[in-house]
Amino acid sequence: MEKKILMKGNEAIAEAAVQAGCQLYFGYPITPQTEISEYLSQRLPEVGGVFLQAESEVAAINMVYGASASGARVMTSSSGPGISLKQEGISYLTVAELPCVIVNMSRGGPGLGNIQPSQSDYFQAVKGGGHGDYKLIVLAPSSVQELITLTHRAFYLADKYRNPVEILGDGMLGQMMEPVVFTKPQFPPLPSKDWAIKGKNGRERKVVGRLTLEAQALEEVNLRLHRKYQEIQKNEVLFEAFGSPEPDLLLVGFGTTARILKTVVREGEKKGLKLGLIRPITLFPFPRDEINRLANQAGKVLVVEMNLGQMVEDVRLSVEGRVPVFFYGRTGGMIPTAETILSRVEQIVS
Amino acid sequence: MAVVFERPKTLIKKPFTYCPGCHHGLAQRIIAEVIDELGIENKTIGVGPVGCSVYIYQFLDTDFVMGAHGRAPAIATGIKRTQPDKIVFSYQGDGDIAAIGTAEILHAANRGELISSFFINNAVFGMTGGQMAPTTILKQKTTTSPKGREPKSHGFPLQLCEVLSACQGSAYLSRVALTNPKLINQAKRSIKKALLTQIEGRGFSLVEILSPCPTNWGMSPQEAVDWLEKEMIPYYPLGEIAVKEGILHA
Ligand SMILES: Cc1ncc(C[n+]2csc(CCOP(=O)(O)OP(=O)(O)O)c2C)c(N)n1
Ligand code: SF4
Ligand SMILES: [Mg+2]
Repeated sequence: MEKKILMKGNEAIAEAAVQAGCQLYFGYPITPQTEISEYLSQRLPEVGGVFLQAESEVAAINMVYGASASGARVMTSSSGPGISLKQEGISYLTVAELPCVIVNMSRGGPGLGNIQPSQSDYFQAVKGGGHGDYKLIVLAPSSVQELITLTHRAFYLADKYRNPVEILGDGMLGQMMEPVVFTKPQFPPLPSKDWAIKGKNGRERKVVGRLTLEAQALEEVNLRLHRKYQEIQKNEVLFEAFGSPEPDLLLVGFGTTARILKTVVREGEKKGLKLGLIRPITLFPFPRDEINRLANQAGKVLVVEMNLGQMVEDVRLSVEGRVPVFFYGRTGGMIPTAETILSRVEQIVS
Repeated sequence: MAVVFERPKTLIKKPFTYCPGCHHGLAQRIIAEVIDELGIENKTIGVGPVGCSVYIYQFLDTDFVMGAHGRAPAIATGIKRTQPDKIVFSYQGDGDIAAIGTAEILHAANRGELISSFFINNAVFGMTGGQMAPTTILKQKTTTSPKGREPKSHGFPLQLCEVLSACQGSAYLSRVALTNPKLINQAKRSIKKALLTQIEGRGFSLVEILSPCPTNWGMSPQEAVDWLEKEMIPYYPLGEIAVKEGILHA
């Protein structure tokens, strides 16, 4: 499958998962991502895998827990309301150190919200959302091609760190069609899953998810997880830099918003504006050093999001108050236009 | 000399930590005996709940996956769908299986999921200190029904086996108690039948085990056994509730 084909975002994720060796998928339908389920209900049985429509997102994430504990590559997907229901299971997955891939094609919230694209689940994905001191690895694709490469990468990182990985897309990326090439996932070899629960089979038994009632022991568990998150921060940061390498204003945006910001950079150039763009590809780990460096160089930052200001907090933490950080956002499923952003840019630079 | 009584191989050599008169330990011992008799200890995977039942993994020498309150049937589904050659069981209390986890158990049964569930019904939330459970019987006093359960504000005690018997996928459902040797033998037969139902691929199986919680019932072990026989069994009649022959998914 090395040739270019036209494919819808949701289906691209599903096919990429199969190519990455995903053996099981558990999910519950919700717009705008149901095509992932529909595609896999057909495709997974063809490759000897399992598709199961669960009775709820709560059940789905726990089925993921069981399959992951068995050592399989497994995925679930949903959108806002369903991802909220999965938070309990996500918290349990992180402490049991069970790898899996969770896709959130997010939509307008809060509550039932609507089915238009949105980025208002950033806090939920990056800062927790479930209980306890945990982190997900969060990947933010911005094209259908990247949905494929980041789905491949998500399975790799999940296994490498024994941690759930969330792909945070939005309804726009899920629904749009773009030409894509399916390249073979190629990653360094991973350690064998000798922790997986497969029955004793004559060996000493294994337990996943032990009780840790003593405070000191639980602190140890948390510290071990914390060291893992620090290692992820050190090793796995991904971002795209676009536009002027010596900008007068640094733009920061992820996913769908970054696509619009590229237009802003190009249009700005025509008007003689030197604009740079950083598009974080990993939201955790966040590209804080690179943002800090370019922000200091530019002297001003504008963050644009499809929410009322979430990632902007991480940008502010990255620059530690040394550089003014402006924000522009639309929410509820509204998509910011390049023209409005550009006029905001002109205001800031002048 | 013939050995007539010994510790099951599958029971880890350490004293139970349950309260005196609690039947969690007894139930776990019987499950261990059946696992030994079926010779399945090497391919059995237990799934733990949250509640006093959670300690099962510290006593049964099989692989275990522990997860969130009430979700064991979904976790067990994930394991069984990945490893259909394994014997997968959940062990859950009444709060776990009949309150917070009702949806998970109902749909596992309805799918005819090839797992077995052992359900310890002690009519209270034991671990959290004796609050009202869905299975608390009428007039029973708990810390959250201090004047006794009454249907107008608390609803009725839930008969889970009877509910699950309406599911096509339930192949074997049985309710047992462990208050005398005869009942213990019946319970053991039921537990074996449940696991055989799974091994033969016939559908979902569940054994409900009525069990005293002397600590939270505020009774001595003997009083608790007497109360269970006199008050619980009439509302939760013992016996097989559903037995389906043949292979469900054939
Ligand atoms: C989501 C969630 N809610 C509440 C609790 C607190 N909790 C722990 S055990 C339990 C009830 C257990 O009762 P049961 O299942 O009957 O088990 P028993 O202790 O009686 O064996 C509750 C409510 C929890 N751990 N998780
Ligand atoms: S509190 Fe009740 S259920 Fe828990 S160990 Fe004690 S007697 Fe058993
Ligand atoms: Mg109970």
